Amino acid sequence: MAETPLTQNIQPDREPLALRDYQRAGGYQALRKALQEMDPQRIIAVVKDSKLRGRGGAGFPTGTKWSFVPQGEDAPQRKYLVANADEMEPGTFKDRLLMEGDPHQFVEALIISAYAIGAQTVYIFLRDEYRLAARHLERAIHEARAADLLGRDILGSGFAVDLHIHTSAGRYICGEETALLNALEGRRAIPRAKPPYPQQAGLWGWPTVVNNVETLCNVPHIVNRGAEWYRKLSRTEDGGTKLFGVSGHVNRPGCWELPMGTSMRELLEEHAGGMQAGYRFRGVLPGGGSTPFLVAEHLDLPLDFDHLAQAGSRLGTGTMVVLDDRTSLLGFLGNLEHFYAQESCGWCTPCRDGLPWVERVLAALARGEGQPGDIEMLHRHTRFLGPGKTFCAHAPGAMGPLESALKYFPEDFEAGIRQPVRTTLEAG
Amino acid sequence: MLSDEERRAIETEMSRYEHKRAASVDALKIIQRHRGWVDDAALRDAAELLGGSPAELDGVATFYNLIFRHPVGRHVILLCDSISCWICGYEPVHRELRERLGIAMGQTTPDGRFTLLPTACLGACDGAPVLLIDDDLHRNLTPGCLDTILANYD
Repeated sequence: MAETPLTQNIQPDREPLALRDYQRAGGYQALRKALQEMDPQRIIAVVKDSKLRGRGGAGFPTGTKWSFVPQGEDAPQRKYLVANADEMEPGTFKDRLLMEGDPHQFVEALIISAYAIGAQTVYIFLRDEYRLAARHLERAIHEARAADLLGRDILGSGFAVDLHIHTSAGRYICGEETALLNALEGRRAIPRAKPPYPQQAGLWGWPTVVNNVETLCNVPHIVNRGAEWYRKLSRTEDGGTKLFGVSGHVNRPGCWELPMGTSMRELLEEHAGGMQAGYRFRGVLPGGGSTPFLVAEHLDLPLDFDHLAQAGSRLGTGTMVVLDDRTSLLGFLGNLEHFYAQESCGWCTPCRDGLPWVERVLAALARGEGQPGDIEMLHRHTRFLGPGKTFCAHAPGAMGPLESALKYFPEDFEAGIRQPVRTTLEAG
Repeated sequence: MLSDEERRAIETEMSRYEHKRAASVDALKIIQRHRGWVDDAALRDAAELLGGSPAELDGVATFYNLIFRHPVGRHVILLCDSISCWICGYEPVHRELRERLGIAMGQTTPDGRFTLLPTACLGACDGAPVLLIDDDLHRNLTPGCLDTILANYD
């Protein structure tokens, strides 16, 4: 059996481990080790060496991100760590599992990560709908505080950190890291210009690291077992295990912790149990609603950041949505683009105006009422709303599935163009 | 007018941030927890407490889909309409729900029992289609199971 460090304590339909049981299972040993044996620079070096990459969608190397935080005497003395727990990428349900299932693992990860970057305050930016996760986290934080694992003088080390849960109030854009910072400051969640990057000037202008929940949950295990062990969990160059999920018309939709580099075929057929009877595989969004389609020819690709990028898609959040032959492709895309149009923050024009236009054209095509030129118009939008044309990655993300669908399934679009009505004079 | 309880709860939230304005969303949610929605008078008071203008706070309130600036029913149903739920049977569930309740999306039943709202991906796609009522997530919905679910909410 392959090792599954992130989910080893998680059993479905069972309450998560309370502090005592979590410690009995080896919990908070990494925190002890970090505080007693490792200086912050050493932890950053180990995380870099582990080849851990961000699990929230962008895949940026975590240790490198941490190393951008200014350190030393001349650096700003206040720093923040923010956990992005605003899981809202369509088709994504992995961070929920980690927070509901093993909240102490997440709390321990936050304390160690705060120590590594020198943060005195941590916020968990949690989406409002994750009510059970909030309850479990509150309990874990309370237990950790009472046991001196969190607060002023953690385990007698002199290190102090404060941990708060901020429950949000909806809107997908809050998951964009700079929009998230505005949301935390009590403003409208509109993305900020980069640079400056949050590591230099984030929350209230102080150096801030924003990491995804799953990313952070890897940290205690890397500290405990070392970078080499972590790299070897993976079958490819990117380190570690990954929470992979599958939804759509498969036999066993679900979420599994598997080695990074597991093939899409293994995930779909062995873990998700293959397609439901009567449904045939047509394509897949490999890592949530904003990752471009892959098709049958890609099924044997190892699921990791580089392989999927080479195939023209992205690993994203690692939770895939399957398109089958009985689901309308235009309906599928229409649903996605409706989501992106609705969730646009409205700040920049291409996104605010372009996405509803795309949504309307897709709806017309789905009704068989498309006009000549509509397909070309969709192609143009994939460029006008693509990378570099908008303020943040929201609209380019929305164009990923559309652009790839135009490439792999052109016949579906062509079938949506209204045929000219033939008059009786022309007929026969 | 904010009640003493609301005011105290908002002040506790303000203490958790470097600047008190950061507690804007927390304040709106506290008001909503007490009143079901955010009325103009409470919004004005909260803005004063947070050190900003009512217009600014309203700008924040109206950005978020889960802050209600209109009264809602005793129970709010958030029906997920994102991709995995859509693939797995959102439409028949939506149709049945509308018929059972006799209201469209965004409306409240005349008896004030339910408000029906669409929501973006609820992050439970392995149980699609799903909906959230108050704090409870209901998974693997079919049109036939809605009666039993709704009966739990008075």
